[in-house]
Amino acid sequence: MSKMSFENHIMKQFDEELEEIRTRLMEMGGKVEQQLQNAVRAVSEADSALAELVIKEEKLVDEMEVDIDEACILIIARRQPAASDLRLVMMVTKAVNDLERIGDEAKKIANHAVMLAGESTTSEGYTEVRHMGKSVISMLNNALDAFARFDVDAAMRTLEEDKQIDLDYKTALRELVTYMMEDPRSISRVINILWVVRSLERIGDHAKNLCEQIVFVVKGKDIRHQ
Amino acid sequence: MTQLASADKKKRATKAKPAAMKSLEVEGHEPTVGKVFTENPKMTMRNVNVYYDDKQAIHDVSIDIAKNEVIAMIGPSGCGKSTFLRSLNRMNDTVDICRVEGEICMDGENLYAPKLDVVELRARVGMVFQKPNPFPKSIYENVAYGPKIHGLADTRVDLDEIVENSLRKASLWEEVKERLHQAGTGLSGGQQQRLCIARAIAVSPEVILMDEPCSALDPIATAKIEELIEELSENFTIAIVTHSMQQAARVSHRTAYFHLGRLIEVNPTEQVFTMPQHQLTEAYITGRFG
Repeated sequence: MSKMSFENHIMKQFDEELEEIRTRLMEMGGKVEQQLQNAVRAVSEADSALAELVIKEEKLVDEMEVDIDEACILIIARRQPAASDLRLVMMVTKAVNDLERIGDEAKKIANHAVMLAGESTTSEGYTEVRHMGKSVISMLNNALDAFARFDVDAAMRTLEEDKQIDLDYKTALRELVTYMMEDPRSISRVINILWVVRSLERIGDHAKNLCEQIVFVVKGKDIRHQ
Repeated sequence: MTQLASADKKKRATKAKPAAMKSLEVEGHEPTVGKVFTENPKMTMRNVNVYYDDKQAIHDVSIDIAKNEVIAMIGPSGCGKSTFLRSLNRMNDTVDICRVEGEICMDGENLYAPKLDVVELRARVGMVFQKPNPFPKSIYENVAYGPKIHGLADTRVDLDEIVENSLRKASLWEEVKERLHQAGTGLSGGQQQRLCIARAIAVSPEVILMDEPCSALDPIATAKIEELIEELSENFTIAIVTHSMQQAARVSHRTAYFHLGRLIEVNPTEQVFTMPQHQLTEAYITGRFG
C-alpha cells in the first residue's frame, strides 16, 4: 500500500479539491481506455458504427481535459500547493495531456477503421493490430491502476512493457511491408493498418509517460529520459 | 462495455483510498535531517538548548548559517523559531528567566563568551522585528543613531553619506530624500519597516536577523521587502523567521523547519517545497496541522 495521502489538510475543502481532480483524472482514464478498446475492436471487427462512436466521443475526452486543467489551475491559484500536493497537481496537468493524446490516437485508429471497413474483407494485418492492441490496452490499464493506488513498483513494471510494444511495432512493420511486397494491390489497405499500429505504438509512449509521472508524484524523482 | 468501464473505475476508486497519516508526534531525540552544515559558515550553532525557567524551548539544535546566505526558519507557532533567532544576537539576555546553553559562534568566535561586548555584537548582528519600530525621531536620526553611538562617522559629511547609502540600500531613499527631517513614525507601515532595515544596515552588520518582517505589511510592501532581502543577500547574511511559507519559498536559499523546539529538517529551499525529507515538514508546508 502506498504512503501517499492527500487528506488531513486543515482546510477540508483542499482535501476535496485534490480528491476531485484525482477522481476526474481516473474518470478520464476510464473513458480513454474505453475509446481505445472500441477503436481496436472497430478495426479488427470491421465495425464502422463503433468507429463512428469513437470519433464522436472524442469530444468528451477533450472536454474532460479542459475541465481538469481548469480545476488544477484553480487549485494552484487558491491553495499554492507544496510538496506532495504540488507534485500531484503538476502530475495531473501532465497526465490529462497524455490521456488526451491517447484519445486523439484512438480517434485516428477509428478513422482508419472506417476506411478499412469500406474496403475488401481480407484479414491481412488484423493479427498485428489485435496483438498490439491487446498489449497496449493492458499497459494503459496497468498504468491507470498504478495511478489509482500510487503504486511505484507497478508503475515501474508497467513502464517496461513499452519496450515490448516497441519491439512488436517493429515486427508488425516488417510483416506489413511483406504483405505490400507480396500483393501491391493491398498497399492502400495495409497503409491504413500501418497507421493503426503506429498509433498504438504512440499510445504505449503516452502510457509510459503516465508511469513516469506516478513515480514523480510518489518519489519526487524525475525519471524521464533515463 | 460502458458498464465494464464504470465497474473498473469503481474498483480503482476503492483501491485509491489513501493510507492514514502516520502519527505526527516528534519521536525522542531524532537528529535533524538534511543539509544542516555548510562549507563556508558565517555562524555555527552546536547543541543549543534554550530554557525559560525550567521550561525548555529549544532542544539540542545544531546548524550552520553560510556566508551571504538567506536562511528561512519556519514552523508552527510556539515551535521556538523566534527564540532561536533571538539567541543568535543575545536578544534573549534581556529576558531574565531565559538561559542559553551550547555553542553559538560567528566566524569561530563564541558569542556567549563572558567578555564579549553585547552592544558591539548587536551592531554586527542586526535585527528587524515583526512590527516596524522606528524611534520617535526624524527619519535621518533613526538611521544616524547607530553609526553615531558606534563612532562610525567622524564628520557630518560622513554621517550624511552613511544615512543616504543605508536608505538607498533599503530602497527607501527616493521616497524620503525630500523629508529626511520629518518624523519616522509618519511613514507608512512598509516604509517604516524599510526604515528599520536601513537603521540595521547603517552600522554595517555582518548578519541581519529578521523576525517576521512582513507580517504587518500589505502585499505590495511585502514584495518590496522581499526584493530588498534578495539584494541585501549580496552583502549580508540573513536569517529570517516567517509564518508565510510562500515567503520562505520566495526569498530563502535554505529552509529550516522547527517543530516543538526541535530542528527537524534543513534543506535547500527548492527541495523543502517540492520534496521535503521529513514527514513533519511535509505535513506543515502542505497545511496539514496547525
